[in-house]
Amino acid sequence: MSLVIETETRPGVSSASPITLKINGTEKRISLAPWTTLLDALREHLDMTGTKKGCDHGQCGACTVLVNGKRINSCLTLAVMQEGNDIQTIEGLSKGDELHPLQEAFIEHDAFQCGYCTPGQICSAVGLINEGKAHNPSEIRELMSGNLCRCGAYTNIVDAIEEVMTKEGRNA
Amino acid sequence: MNPFSYTRADGVDTALEEKTEGTNYIGGGTNLIDLMKESVMHSQLLIDVNHLPFHTIEETESGGVRLGAMMTNAETAYHPLIEERYPLLAKAILSGASPQLRNMATNGGNLMQRTRCYYFYDTATPCNKREPGSGCSAINGYNRIHAILGTSFECIATHPSDMCVALAALDATVHVSGKGGDRSIAFTDFHRLPEMNPEKDNTLQPDELITEIELPSQGFSDHFTYIKIRDRQSYAFALVSVAAALDLEGDTVTDVRVALGGVAHKPWRDRGAESLLKGRKATPENFEQLAETILANAQGYGHNTFKIELAKRAIIRALSEALVNDHHA
Repeated sequence: MSLVIETETRPGVSSASPITLKINGTEKRISLAPWTTLLDALREHLDMTGTKKGCDHGQCGACTVLVNGKRINSCLTLAVMQEGNDIQTIEGLSKGDELHPLQEAFIEHDAFQCGYCTPGQICSAVGLINEGKAHNPSEIRELMSGNLCRCGAYTNIVDAIEEVMTKEGRNA
Repeated sequence: MNPFSYTRADGVDTALEEKTEGTNYIGGGTNLIDLMKESVMHSQLLIDVNHLPFHTIEETESGGVRLGAMMTNAETAYHPLIEERYPLLAKAILSGASPQLRNMATNGGNLMQRTRCYYFYDTATPCNKREPGSGCSAINGYNRIHAILGTSFECIATHPSDMCVALAALDATVHVSGKGGDRSIAFTDFHRLPEMNPEKDNTLQPDELITEIELPSQGFSDHFTYIKIRDRQSYAFALVSVAAALDLEGDTVTDVRVALGGVAHKPWRDRGAESLLKGRKATPENFEQLAETILANAQGYGHNTFKIELAKRAIIRALSEALVNDHHA
């Protein structure tokens, strides 16, 4: 075993142990219990509240982050399982005051109302464009189905993503 | 979640060593972590098997393909060998879950996922699968998503996977390692019917670990389809799904596969019914007869009785589409 977390307080059950997470290019050393999800590590232990907790069961996509460039639900993975991986959150997308093209496009197209699902939508869209499997609005809709928007901004979300894909020459 | 310990296995032997009562292997975790949050499953120790060396897709000497159990569903569905030779599998995988989940969920984990029966998830209600002997709340309850084939008085839950329906149709083989050594399980023998022991989803022994899934050389890449009927167009479990594949000489059927999802405790194959179509013409009438035969012993429980007719129509449509789809023409 390369890593074993065991506790001294309760036999057989771990308490908090130090782990290192690489988030938005910065290594963070924190002490976490093994049952801490990546989402809770971000929000409750690192004060990075840009990533949202919606359903906490992998059904809404509000907690979407990128791990090694791929979008995942941070609520359904343990923080300790992501040691050594490159984690990117909504906070890491802009370069200072210069917004990511998808952030610009979401504002331009009014692609949100309450905004709670937006960080997840944008991280998911970054993953979608990285994957390169969507080439038209219908495929964007299918491959964004893991992100719910209860305000119903879907039409404008698809428009925003399509515009960025077109600008980057990703459209068929 | 209940407090638990965590260990990262760096070899199959160490993973097997750690696997004792009350412990679980964890791959993508997309189902297990959810079930632990819901207090449906509990673990004293999670053994992370993601770092074991089963992350490749390779052609076998016999002309088939081996899928690493720790590869993600997305890596598998978008792999050139799968897209080209086993498009039925790619299509089934991509009709399940969401992109985020497919990026985490592993191939081995897909086989191990539990039913989405509402009563299994609801710890306030009896459920023989969750708590053996407590009773089944679905049989006389709300059972719209439940099984119509192979049910028992103990359980009418369905297996929720799409990927597994394609693997059943393709006659895949599951390779596993255990403390007693390695063995192979025919895919259609991997999952089981509920009978008197619905707490057992499959025939894996408690210590065993899935390492690889092997596909035979015949991928039915010319005539196939996967149809999934559900309450919304994307990101929902199947009410009924059909993996259909045909091999033809002219308009005569030389081989046929029909596997159903959403209707039973395991992906449903009926080899006897399939054999009736072999050597016969690929006509709507013969497809209909096959559908009638497969559903002949189906039983509805009220809310799910519509699935019997739905499954028949879905089989006929799937075979008709597979016939027309000539992907290499």
